Amino acid sequence: MPAGNELTILTAARTAGLIAAGEVSAVEVAKAHLDRIAVTDVHVRAFLHVAPDSALAAARAVDEQRAAGQPLGPLAGVPLALKDVFTTVDMPTTCGSKILAGWQPPYDATLTGRLRAAGVVILGKSNMDEFAMGSSTENSAFGPSRNPWDLGRVPGGSSGGSAAAVAAYQAPLGIGTDTGGSIRQPAAVCGLVGVKPTYGGSSRYGLVAFASSLDTPGPLARTVLDAALLHEAISGHDPLDSTSLDAPVPRVVAAARNPDVAGLRIGVVTELSGEGYASGVLTRFHEAVELLESLGAKITEVSCPHFDYALPAYYLIAPSECSSNLARFDAMRYGLRVGDDGSASAEEVMSLTREAGFGAEVKRRIMLGTYALSSGYYDAYYGKAQQVRTLIIRDFAAAFEQADVLISPTTPTTAFGIGERADDPMAMYLADLCTIPSNLAGNASMSVPCGLAPQDGLPVGLQIMAPVLADDRLYRVGAAVEAVLDQRRGHPLLTQARGLDSAAGDTGEAGR
Amino acid sequence: MSSAATAAGAAVQVPFDEAVTRYEPVIGIETHVELGTAAKMFCGCPTLFGTEPNSAVCPVCLGLPGSLPVINKAAIEYTITIGLALNCSIASWCRFARKNYFYPDMPKNYQISQYDEPLCTDGWLDVEIGDQVVRVGIERVHLEEDTGKSLHVGGATGRIHGADYSLVDYNRAGIPLVEVVTKPIPGTGALAPVVARAYVTELRDLLRALGVSDVRMEQGSLRCDVNTSIAPGGAAQWGTRTETKNVNSLRSVERAVRSEIERQAGVLDAGGRVVQETRHFHEDTGRTTPGRSKEEAQDYRYFPEPDLVPVAPAPEWVRRIAAGLPELPAARRARLRAEWGLSVLDMTALVNAGALDLVAETVAAGASPEQARNWWLTELSRRANEAGLELGALAVSTEQVARICALVDSGELNNKLARQVLDGVLAGEGSPDEVVAARGLAVVTDSAVLAAAVDDAIAANPDVAAKIRDGKIAAAGALVGAVMRATGGQADAASVRELILARCGADSR
Repeated sequence: MPAGNELTILTAARTAGLIAAGEVSAVEVAKAHLDRIAVTDVHVRAFLHVAPDSALAAARAVDEQRAAGQPLGPLAGVPLALKDVFTTVDMPTTCGSKILAGWQPPYDATLTGRLRAAGVVILGKSNMDEFAMGSSTENSAFGPSRNPWDLGRVPGGSSGGSAAAVAAYQAPLGIGTDTGGSIRQPAAVCGLVGVKPTYGGSSRYGLVAFASSLDTPGPLARTVLDAALLHEAISGHDPLDSTSLDAPVPRVVAAARNPDVAGLRIGVVTELSGEGYASGVLTRFHEAVELLESLGAKITEVSCPHFDYALPAYYLIAPSECSSNLARFDAMRYGLRVGDDGSASAEEVMSLTREAGFGAEVKRRIMLGTYALSSGYYDAYYGKAQQVRTLIIRDFAAAFEQADVLISPTTPTTAFGIGERADDPMAMYLADLCTIPSNLAGNASMSVPCGLAPQDGLPVGLQIMAPVLADDRLYRVGAAVEAVLDQRRGHPLLTQARGLDSAAGDTGEAGR
Repeated sequence: MSSAATAAGAAVQVPFDEAVTRYEPVIGIETHVELGTAAKMFCGCPTLFGTEPNSAVCPVCLGLPGSLPVINKAAIEYTITIGLALNCSIASWCRFARKNYFYPDMPKNYQISQYDEPLCTDGWLDVEIGDQVVRVGIERVHLEEDTGKSLHVGGATGRIHGADYSLVDYNRAGIPLVEVVTKPIPGTGALAPVVARAYVTELRDLLRALGVSDVRMEQGSLRCDVNTSIAPGGAAQWGTRTETKNVNSLRSVERAVRSEIERQAGVLDAGGRVVQETRHFHEDTGRTTPGRSKEEAQDYRYFPEPDLVPVAPAPEWVRRIAAGLPELPAARRARLRAEWGLSVLDMTALVNAGALDLVAETVAAGASPEQARNWWLTELSRRANEAGLELGALAVSTEQVARICALVDSGELNNKLARQVLDGVLAGEGSPDEVVAARGLAVVTDSAVLAAAVDDAIAANPDVAAKIRDGKIAAAGALVGAVMRATGGQADAASVRELILARCGADSR
């Protein structure tokens, strides 16, 4: 039986296998991860809320189920970090915002319920940029999480807490949400697999909305297969979400077990490369292209001319929707209330609460969106952005006639330093340059590690994009890249992460 | 406030009759109707009236973070039903939109509504004013969710400003609400207030006939905003309109239009300009006071609701709904008028008395239209008036009225007895037959009893009998009266008369 430390480095698939075989109990697995969190999270700060009692209770239930001879699901007993944007009846849900500090929802998100039903052990709620707005977790009202590769750098965002937890071996699985790249970008800079499923593939019910037409829940994991197992566990139609697709879930687990790209047409997107991209990122990206070609894939270059307008269109559509979605945080029914001294009017309390409760980036986007939707500007901003969105969908459609999947770097650079871009919103927004088109078009997209940048030794992500509901293709290609690189390297990439080495015996200095 | 508006404030009202000789009003009416679906618009909560505050709520209608709306198909069906009954085109594809504004009784601080893509557009409703028909154009019929209900405690006005605190009941939040918007209605002149009232009445009756709402204005399930503008007669352009809210009864609809015409005429006469604004109608004074002005009006920042998918009613579904429409009130009135042989004015009197349905049901239960109409418009109307009740609230069923008619027809009751039977029924003594039996009210048909009474009357009045024998048949009346008295009014007068004539050897003809 593996010892505690060894339990935390196992993949989700292996962990579930050991639990199902009775070689280790789910409670032991949960305890090992809770211990790891206790030791490392003072440095990583991946979690906003750790829930040992409910985690151990869930683990115990899995062990009892097994003891009773009942069949276990493929992820039963596997621990997970849940982004604090999903409602949970037994844990607070804050979205990284002061305005929701301590809010205990009266209902579980559909995704939360599916995880529980699958026997997944939710360790706690992970940190995030406030209301998922950001690419570094620096916009969290509760402080940033740290990148386990280098505690002085960001873990990406907005799902940076889940990514940091998985990269720090605090959990083998994490749930994120991807509105403009918030799963794929943290996955890339933490050396993980992160997937934005097809929009509507996994339910948004109970996901506190940032931008409704873009928000997509998805998996973060250390291997392609683990990501696939989690992808399947959370997917499928939900009658409580009108935008949820009523279609069979793509066979992603089977695809992850079949890493074969021979004959597959792979398109390299011209517009997502070149100037502005770090040379180390491009080096690893081009190697990945060569690798895929060597595996028998047919590489072509495809142009998606309107991708250049994706970022500006996104920064009109997402803020517009957010300005409306976040209107409900008004101190009337739940969450923070400021200025209610008995004499202030409801309007004054609303205003004081929102002033005090929202951070700078959230306010910036609410104002952007309010402006973009206002009378007289709607057509020029929101309306025009929607037209661009249509053009991007057409670019994808044309590209997918020439190629089965498209590829690009996931991010223009590797992980940046904490504070480096905090005062420069435009620089921060550029982190999502390559990921945003798939959010606007709703198609499936994955980031899979493709090595470390030579200059800084930090992970680089390869982005794979597939048509709507062809999520399985991501896993076929991702698994192929992963298999070859792991084999060449002789070990998983993440074992090279050294950010916690000095911290492990020295709790309290590093990472502060 | 501008100087013109100040001048307007000081202006005196112009009496209605005078105002409409110099100014031409244009009206428009927006009607909100709470649909009677079992569940709310976007969740499964029940749509109950008068339950414990905040008991019929869930994460969705409370707008809790993370919750999402799912369209109630029945609400779409009801809206299409209304649209078809109002002769509208039904959109083959449309979307919901968010209307953004902050208010404590709005759980999400946006209302899911429809903006530039309503479900139903461009229809009409005919309104009868006496023997004149006014065709009111319908601009649109769209679907939205209702807000919660605020109760402002303390303060003088019962409105949010000046209140000590406010309570919010979210039971109403998310109840499906249909908005029916008319096109501007010009050219009605002095009839404008009456047309406004008649339109809302006709719409209410239509909605009731469709079974889509309980249309109770006093409970707020049907609410009106009335737009009014006036312009000098013959002017090329319409005047600036005001929107009057808080119009909560049919009578108020009429009074609100009337009052606004009088007020606006005063403003224009004084050289002022009418301010485009929302005004509040006051039942007690019959006047309107200013609310929010257009200058401070909100920018609702409408945009398509991203949490919902577009609505695309299948043509086959719309055809099925159209085929299932019940007979509409106007068609029904025309049919009944023809069947009953009534004049337009007779029919109007029946409708205005609120007796149409009662008469129709009484006829359906077997009475003749003439009898049924007479009973409801005279005897029953009088009793309802005396008791201060609506006709329909009288403690007699249409079947019972029909039975009384039948007893009169068969000669078992005369009119006087029938009224006594009605008294008994209204007093709760049972069915007409039970009252007849208990009170012994049947007409005397026993010939031996009658014959004896007639003989007694002849014997007691020999001089009258002699006149009859001499051919003065008219004198029989005195003997009929005597017999009726002797039988306690329970004899049939015509039979008595024939019997007297026969005994006296006179021919009844």
